[in-house]
Amino acid sequence: MVQINLPENSKVQKGHYYKDKTGSKNIRKINVYRWDPSSGENPRVDTYEVDMDNCPSKVLDVLNKIKNEIDPTLSYRKSCAHGVCGSCAMNMDGKNGLACTTSHADIDGDINIYPLPHLKVKKDLIGDLDGLYKQYESIEPWLKNNSKNNNDEIYQSKKDREKLDGAYECIMCACCSTSCPSYWWNGDKYLGPAVLLQAYRWIIDSRDEDRKERLQKVADELKLYRCHTILNCTNACPKGLNPAKAIAEIKKMLATT
Amino acid sequence: MSEYNIIDHEYDVVVLGAGGSGLRSAVGLSEAGLKTACISKVFPTRSHTSAAQGGISAALGNMGEDDWRWHMYDTVKGADWLGDQDSIEYLCKEAPKAVIELEKYGVPFSRTEDGKIYQRPFGGMTKNYGNGIVQRTCAAADRTGHAILHTLYGQALKHKTEFFIEYFALDLLMKNGECKGVIAWNLNDGTIHRFRSHITIIATGGYGKVYYSATSAHTCTGDGNAMVLRAGLPLQDMEFVQFHPTGIYGHGTLISEGVRGEGGYLVNSKGERFMERYAPNAKDLASRDVVSRSMSIEINEGRGVGKEKDHVHLHLSHLDKNVIEDRLPGITEAARLFANVDVTKEPIPVVPTVHYNMGGIPTNYKTEVITVNGSEKVVPGLMAIGEAACVSVHGANRLGSNSLIDLVVFGRAAAKRAAEIVKPGTPHESISESETEKCIDRFDKLRNAKGENLTAGLRLEMQKTMQSKCAVFRTEKNLKEGVDEIRKTYDGMKSISVKDRSLIFNTDLVETLEFDNLIRQAITTVDSAYHRKESRGAHAREDFPKRDDEKFMKHTLAWCDGKETKIEYRDVHKSTLTNEVQYFPPQERVY
Repeated sequence: MVQINLPENSKVQKGHYYKDKTGSKNIRKINVYRWDPSSGENPRVDTYEVDMDNCPSKVLDVLNKIKNEIDPTLSYRKSCAHGVCGSCAMNMDGKNGLACTTSHADIDGDINIYPLPHLKVKKDLIGDLDGLYKQYESIEPWLKNNSKNNNDEIYQSKKDREKLDGAYECIMCACCSTSCPSYWWNGDKYLGPAVLLQAYRWIIDSRDEDRKERLQKVADELKLYRCHTILNCTNACPKGLNPAKAIAEIKKMLATT
Repeated sequence: MSEYNIIDHEYDVVVLGAGGSGLRSAVGLSEAGLKTACISKVFPTRSHTSAAQGGISAALGNMGEDDWRWHMYDTVKGADWLGDQDSIEYLCKEAPKAVIELEKYGVPFSRTEDGKIYQRPFGGMTKNYGNGIVQRTCAAADRTGHAILHTLYGQALKHKTEFFIEYFALDLLMKNGECKGVIAWNLNDGTIHRFRSHITIIATGGYGKVYYSATSAHTCTGDGNAMVLRAGLPLQDMEFVQFHPTGIYGHGTLISEGVRGEGGYLVNSKGERFMERYAPNAKDLASRDVVSRSMSIEINEGRGVGKEKDHVHLHLSHLDKNVIEDRLPGITEAARLFANVDVTKEPIPVVPTVHYNMGGIPTNYKTEVITVNGSEKVVPGLMAIGEAACVSVHGANRLGSNSLIDLVVFGRAAAKRAAEIVKPGTPHESISESETEKCIDRFDKLRNAKGENLTAGLRLEMQKTMQSKCAVFRTEKNLKEGVDEIRKTYDGMKSISVKDRSLIFNTDLVETLEFDNLIRQAITTVDSAYHRKESRGAHAREDFPKRDDEKFMKHTLAWCDGKETKIEYRDVHKSTLTNEVQYFPPQERVY
């Protein structure tokens, strides 16, 4: 019988334990994935005791509290802090989401925080999204319209504009793609829900003249049809969008044109 | 020194920052055939432009008659006559073209019944020189910034702009008063990169994070502004900090002025629409400085709401459900997430919150950086655009939806000007190693800082000082305390502590470098405020309640070396660019 083991350096070890120093009676344990590429050491999970009496409501606030008051070496991305930039996407309590919009009160017990699943990790909670960005580039996310009149806007009816609702709002946080088992296994070839939602956004823009070519470009066994309607993407989207539906629409358009 | 692996690059132009203005200039530069690098500490679509909600102003006249001259008048008045009218003319005249261009790039603007770009009313935007409200602010629901930013990133990809993403820029390379490029740290692998360029365009945004409560992102640390200070150049009008009237109480999240544009209004604890008293004509759509001051007065006089009576209510539950759903979906979500409020039933608790920096790097309307040495002088090789720049179109107070238009009009202008100055492929002259050494030396010292004071502690101290000593209302006593206290925080840097010594995604060091940038801007802000003994726009002195055009219709210029500052003034430009419009002389400012 063949025995398959993970490489030695991928085993996650038990990390440091940071005991509360404030004397607070309202303590919560936060377990955080740590990995520093410069150290040569294995990944570990550190545990922080955090005083919840003096902590605002979101998971990002907890992380900021750890970084500001307990351990400045903890690394994660953050920017807008209100759910529009998509920087602080991570896995909290087993679910992908934005740390800045996820309430810690909605999580029971210890809070486990990991990077987005199945990405290469750059450091601690910072995942490598370069591959996803390349795929985004591959769908040519710009309007293709050859109208020569530069002075006037291209008119679009309210009804046509409405079709973009639910598609243009995507913040590219990658919560959906990194929750998708198909993307986990074939992320190098399958475009995944985030990028397909973007592809859909341009396919259905009434101003775009490249609809057919765009459809043909994604009509590929791997790029598109690796979607097996698992619907994790739609469950994971922190903006309440429905990438699974967009993918289904693309498939439908291909089947009927 | 030798420890650091330095990688050299040569470009015609380098753009620092990939928000709205940086991306718009990068697109224009690539179109013009210039070899362009765009460096950003975050992935472009994470830039703070994405947080802009309400819209982008341009006199398109899609929803009633409009004229760019009316837009110009409103902007001059909004700026409380501190704006340069040549730049303002350029902004308002070019605005319609710039918006049409965005539409053609693919921005998903909301639409009117006949399929044109939808425009909404916004604070201070009027028709016929202050006579009635005009609908001038072009909107993509309440996610206009997000829609523009993503579209511009797509255009930059189309034009094959070379991006250096998650690179943290450290300092400008200067030689005999000219800018020759920039040094940056690649967070992905820890290498140091030296970019040689004929022109460096600073598009690094504002520095809202010097304050404790701000709508600004964590990344709004004004890194480019601080680089300019370290290069021995001045910043302009730093005392003018805009407080947005409607940040969510306790959290600071922005609630768009578009809410009031669509018919929402503010109410005090007596249930009174108090803006009617302060601005009888414009009411809730007076300019932001006026509304923020009125709210502060209501709160100070005991008519605030809540347990502490320290905020007011923004009502929109009377609006048509379809209006809320179609035009304000983003703020509906924000109110639910951060105030636990259902806007169709309850008001949103709001308070004036730091939002925008009118001040920044002084430039002319062509976006070339200027300094003063006897007279105005252009700094060769250096340009600035967007919130980082002070061109100055916003003067003492920016009107809502004038920032997004500033980004694209002047982003475009920078690319145009660069294409006039630089011939593609011109060879680079040699520069001495001393500039690089100076930069690496500062970097290395902070990286190995073994002091007592955590960066986060010093940052908090700075933010609290700015919040209490340099806020909506200011006095001599308060500002003097601010001037002294902020220097104590600066001194705390001598014993700063950095725990992480690594080079890959060392965010401890990133935040420390950002703090080093912030504290210099905090010092110039409070010092500039202390020296301006008048009230104008966002700078309200209780001890000098009147505008003083004789003494202070001037731009403040502040140089800062460590904690030493030098304050000088330069005259506001009192002429227009062409004779298509007349200069608007100062008037009393009432809404």
